[in-house]
Amino acid sequence: MQGKRQARDMAMPSSLLWAVDIFGRVYTLSTVGQYWELCKDTQLEFKRVSAVKQCCWGIACDHQVYTYVFSGDVPIRYQEETYENQRWNPVGGFCEKLLPSDRWQWSDVSGLKHQQLDSFTLPSPHWEWESDWYVDENIGGEPTEKGGWTYAIDFPSTYTKDKKWNSCVRRRRWIRYRRYKSRDIWAKIVSRDDPDQLPDPFNDISVGGWEITDEPLGRLSVWAVSLQGRVWYRENVCHHNPEGSMWSLITTPGEVVQISCGPYDLLWATLWEGQAIVREGIDRNNPQGISWSTVESPSSENGIMHVSVGVDVVWCVTKDRKVWFRRGVNSHNPCGTSWIEMVGEMMMVTVGLNNQVWGISCDDRAIYFRQGVTPSELSGKTWKAIVSGRESDRSQTGSSTSLLSAGCFFTDDIQNQTNAIIQGDADTSSDTELPSVPVNLANTPPLGAAASSGGNSTGHQAAEVCTNLTVDPLDCHQGEATVASTSNEKADLEMQKSRNPNPSAELQWTNIDLKEAQKQPVLSISTFAETSSLSSLGMFSVGAEEQYGADEHPLWAWVSGGGCLVDLHSPLKWFTVPSGLSSSVQSLSLSITPAQTAAWRKQIFQQLSERTKRELENFRHYEQAIEQSVWVKTGTLQWWRNWKPHKWMDVRVTLEQFTGSDGMRDSILFIYYMYHEEKKYIHVFLNEVTIIVEVLNEAKHSFALYTPEKTKQRWPIRLAAATEQEMHDWLSLLNMSCCESRRIQGPPSHHAIWSVTCKGDIFVSEPSPELEAGPLLMPCDQMFWRQVGGHLRLIECNNRGIVWGIGYDHTAWVYTGGYGGGFIQGLASSADNIYMQSDVKCIYIYENQRWNPVTGYSSRGLPTDRYMWSDASGLQECTKINTKPPSPQWSWVSDWYIDFNTSGGTDREGWQYAADFPASYHGHKTMKDFVRRRRWARKCKIVTNGPWLEVPPVTLWDISIIPSSDADDEEAVALWAISDKGDVLCRLGVTQQNPAGTSWLHVGTDQPFISISIGAFYQVWAIARDGSAFYRGSVSPKKPAGDCWYHIPSPQKQKLKQVSVGRTSVFVLDKNGNLWYRQGITPSYPQGSTWDHVSNNIRKMSVGPLDQVWVIADKVQGSHSLSCGTVCHRTDVQPMEPKGLSWDYGIGGGWEHITVRGNTTEASRVAMHDTSEESLAVSKDLEDEESKGKTEHSKTPLMVSDSQELDRNTVNC
Amino acid sequence: MTDDKDVLRDVWFGRIPTCFTLYQDEVTEREAEPYYLLLPRISYLTLVTDKVKKHFQKVMRQEEVSEIWFEYEGTPLKWHYPIGLLFDLHASNTALPWSITVHFKNFPEKDLLHCHSKDVIEAHFMACIKEADALKHKSQVINEMQKKDHKQLWMGLQNDKFEQFWAINRKLMEYPPEDSGFRYIPFRIYQATTERPFIQKLFRPIASGGELHTLGDLLKDVCPSAITPEDGEQKTQVMIHGIEPMLETPIQWLSEHMSYPDNFLHISIIPRPTD
Repeated sequence: MQGKRQARDMAMPSSLLWAVDIFGRVYTLSTVGQYWELCKDTQLEFKRVSAVKQCCWGIACDHQVYTYVFSGDVPIRYQEETYENQRWNPVGGFCEKLLPSDRWQWSDVSGLKHQQLDSFTLPSPHWEWESDWYVDENIGGEPTEKGGWTYAIDFPSTYTKDKKWNSCVRRRRWIRYRRYKSRDIWAKIVSRDDPDQLPDPFNDISVGGWEITDEPLGRLSVWAVSLQGRVWYRENVCHHNPEGSMWSLITTPGEVVQISCGPYDLLWATLWEGQAIVREGIDRNNPQGISWSTVESPSSENGIMHVSVGVDVVWCVTKDRKVWFRRGVNSHNPCGTSWIEMVGEMMMVTVGLNNQVWGISCDDRAIYFRQGVTPSELSGKTWKAIVSGRESDRSQTGSSTSLLSAGCFFTDDIQNQTNAIIQGDADTSSDTELPSVPVNLANTPPLGAAASSGGNSTGHQAAEVCTNLTVDPLDCHQGEATVASTSNEKADLEMQKSRNPNPSAELQWTNIDLKEAQKQPVLSISTFAETSSLSSLGMFSVGAEEQYGADEHPLWAWVSGGGCLVDLHSPLKWFTVPSGLSSSVQSLSLSITPAQTAAWRKQIFQQLSERTKRELENFRHYEQAIEQSVWVKTGTLQWWRNWKPHKWMDVRVTLEQFTGSDGMRDSILFIYYMYHEEKKYIHVFLNEVTIIVEVLNEAKHSFALYTPEKTKQRWPIRLAAATEQEMHDWLSLLNMSCCESRRIQGPPSHHAIWSVTCKGDIFVSEPSPELEAGPLLMPCDQMFWRQVGGHLRLIECNNRGIVWGIGYDHTAWVYTGGYGGGFIQGLASSADNIYMQSDVKCIYIYENQRWNPVTGYSSRGLPTDRYMWSDASGLQECTKINTKPPSPQWSWVSDWYIDFNTSGGTDREGWQYAADFPASYHGHKTMKDFVRRRRWARKCKIVTNGPWLEVPPVTLWDISIIPSSDADDEEAVALWAISDKGDVLCRLGVTQQNPAGTSWLHVGTDQPFISISIGAFYQVWAIARDGSAFYRGSVSPKKPAGDCWYHIPSPQKQKLKQVSVGRTSVFVLDKNGNLWYRQGITPSYPQGSTWDHVSNNIRKMSVGPLDQVWVIADKVQGSHSLSCGTVCHRTDVQPMEPKGLSWDYGIGGGWEHITVRGNTTEASRVAMHDTSEESLAVSKDLEDEESKGKTEHSKTPLMVSDSQELDRNTVNC
Repeated sequence: MTDDKDVLRDVWFGRIPTCFTLYQDEVTEREAEPYYLLLPRISYLTLVTDKVKKHFQKVMRQEEVSEIWFEYEGTPLKWHYPIGLLFDLHASNTALPWSITVHFKNFPEKDLLHCHSKDVIEAHFMACIKEADALKHKSQVINEMQKKDHKQLWMGLQNDKFEQFWAINRKLMEYPPEDSGFRYIPFRIYQATTERPFIQKLFRPIASGGELHTLGDLLKDVCPSAITPEDGEQKTQVMIHGIEPMLETPIQWLSEHMSYPDNFLHISIIPRPTD
């Protein structure tokens, strides 16, 4: 079971809906699942849960608060640090004796706080120490001497790693990690506060607010309501402090019953009196908010009983179970404008991610999902019941061992009371309508109509068809109707059950007048139960339990969708009763599905080829009945004309496709245009086209077509269509024709070179053997690139066909082995391996202001100033209103918000200051600053498809896959990655069969990392966020994570940003675009000795398993224009000349990333497979390097290069 | 062959070597040579026999020439059935080439439809496609298409352009991801041994329990006689495109991959040869 679940989880991104049944058991339902799964930790029964993506908070039956943090491969760890300070004196040298005016011998970084090593204790029983204290030997990216001391003239001052004559003081940093251990269990929130200050037992809890700010990482707003109706806010809940630190009391205008906190700044609560209160003033600087305002109940008789909020929506349930939607809610007006009544009656509702809504119905206590909630229709369309069963029901049917849990609070007293009330309320409850469940009655298929629609000429034949139809539409209709009526009957039955004559067995959610209840003194434990039942919308009475065995559908008491992401494209399996077979068929997995290996499929393949043999083999000389002809597609497009002034002009376009005598097709594209009233045309042979790139923007549906010549000019043929559909028709056709003329079909090979454009489009190219070696090197502008569906920021591969990508939203994706997707559909696309993919990125605009003496900063600039709303350069006007998503494929998924993470820092309102535009900006105002700007961001989302499957849940920043050399398919392939938080991770279980691997292994570092690369022989190099390089020692198949990091100083104090390790070569890229080669790497000293400068203007690079070097370069001069983001190939890279000599320019600009790490097409001829030989070969290579330094003309290297020459010649002849 | 896409190609490019001979009673000016041709399985007789007609007309007296029709071993061949179906139904397990007799006289009005022009074939073909889409998608896909798309389907068939045809036809083979298949499977079952032209019923690709229906399920449901009893001898062959798919084959897959261009699965049930 576990294994199956893992496979399923891996194959598809999923999130969870949390719910509590009437017995207090907590269940989760995955968005890709079909069953409610019991929470792993079943020690406790709960009455409330509030879930977000990374954790769930809950109130258990002991009225204590618990948090359930999901386990993951990446640990939650916190770095404690303290400084050891010493002063030099003539007698003892540096020693612990400090001057009286000095700081403590052990202090924090500022020296103001005394903190000794043993003063650090674990904050709660949920933490453990990872290791003992140790000294940090790194200062600002540079390694210190052993011991880690840094020196200065005096405290406080700047410290350097070098001891000078005037260094009078020194200090060193001690660090120790603690780790949160209570994951995948309910961890009790222990309060260390003063007992008098402690809140009384809790009654409701709500978690949200993660969108308010991402500082600190994973910050959450946790709000709780106590039994006495007071509201508490949990301080400092964030990623590395999942429990938070303390409860703060928030004053309220009345006694609160229930509270709901949205993902952003919306917070509503309900009062005993039936009004709602709304928190105002919640923002980044004040997540607790400032004040309350009151919103009256939609109806005067029935107060609000329950409220739930989303990003910008509010739903509530009044005491008469009616459901209401609040109109006009947004950040500026959190109270909204008015209530709208919705269909259906609910116990409660919960608003989840993406403003989706769930509710628990009054009638059957089933959970209903609100269908059709979209940004344009926030209130949705209908309620649809979730019919998923519990997984336990499958495995252990008929078990009635359910213990009394939350229900056990009910004393006889209360039971009587509630009974009385129910009876009093009987009228209303029996009038209750079932929420509208759409029952799809069969529509009689319009057979006759379709058949006769063929027109008069076929009347005769159509009649024949009709008479011969043995279809009985009525029959089928009946069949479906029967199904429907059975389900109705079932529902009826259930309703009858719920109206059991035995009053004590009646479903007893309390529906009482709250005013009366309020009079009850809340003093003893026995009354707690009552109050809790009032506010928690009721529990079932003891007597009710026997009525509902385990085989009944679950009865729910609470549901929380705060961690559940459902969007338009989610294929939910919640609404059909799961059957054993379909669940296994539908589960997506990268491994070969049984269907593909099924006997029936094999038989069809085999019989078809037998048929071809039988019916064609001896008859090939027969004439074909249909002669092959030229097929022509014509159309009208627009063309970006190639004379000045450049502009779009209407052209007639013709694609002529003809079949050669060999059966191969070739095509010519003609573009007919008018030049000074003269008819002219240009033509392109499609077998010369190297790439077709979609260039989408809001104004035009256009694409660019390159040939080698056009690549040299940096001036493609650009065409535009009137509609997106028309463009895609042309693109598919042209792509198919190009592939056909080059005889390329099916998925890319394992050696393929992958690249990504700045638009996130993915292209792949099959390398020819002449690309890397040979007397006639193939220029890289002749490479043919074809598109693969999907949207990625980065892509990495190896020569076993394992390909991973990372989206702009840092989601990790693994390649499924398919091809096509995106606009490439039908035949040029594989059927089985294409899945939906989505990505999210931010669009930024800048608000610019100038200071003037009268009004201070204002949006009134100088006439010479930039636009007051602009892009980063200031040249383009970009207002909130006129800025559109990058192309029609993208849609907004957030509102504009101030971005505080702009480089250079910002003040509390997001402003950055400078003396004038354009200048370097800083995050605080000084006397010299006359202008300021702030960055606004807005998220947009693309939904497309391609041969990619998500690898949840860790989001990534960088990846590297080892170019493996042995042919063993089973062996695990080393894959390293950097999470988007900077953790170094090592993927376990990656094989050719299971390229997604199984789990992450966390590799500890003392600071966040940004780049990683693993070379052919397990040489792992990485770049830390401070710009320094690290080498990982002792990585091997047996020890996949290695043992320790070696700090490598960066070249000339440059801050590094990327590393790539090939076979033996190590290259790094610094933040100023310089490319460096690591000299002096030998087997005995794999860290190397010095950095050699290779080139500048480099944006990204990829070093392959042949030590080939490919980069994305900026400022490449073409004959027509300059391009940024151009694919370039380093030429003349030889074992003796690993740095190569010059650049060969390929496709671009607009390219963002390339990986050549799959391309070993040449290596397979040089070194012959076997692992041992391979490693011998490398050590030989390395020795060559080593000996090179000593004797430049030693025999060995010459021999090697000789044999390589020979090899190449034989193959190329 | 590993990709399902290749099945589409194989189906499309299926050819039957055929020998056309003129009926002995036809009056000719000189002796008519037999005419050999590779007929596309997925096309229609009257659509691909222009050459045959021309060949025999050359030896005919002009006044004798009227509407051409074809016959195999005494059975008039319905032009509005795809060629592959005609072959599977009447002539499988016989020696190749398929020997068809060409007639110009005595048009069998009760057995055949007239086909005076290609427009008639087109109308029939489009009617089938529309009916199939009515079953699959309540006609939604075909109705959303433009006139030129309809034309492209037809032109693709007429000119034997696989890509041209499938560029449009793939849309007819899609279904919403939340469903696991079409609404109903467009199929027709033909039996060589009965008088009844064919069987057609409403049949869903997915069982109510979510399991995929197979070819076997379909036959069990609509034509139980075709199924061999478990202990009994196999008496029939179930043929599509000249092959016998296993009864375990999911019907949805068959519909997507082995339908004729008219979007119907034409299934022939014929007696198994005894030897």
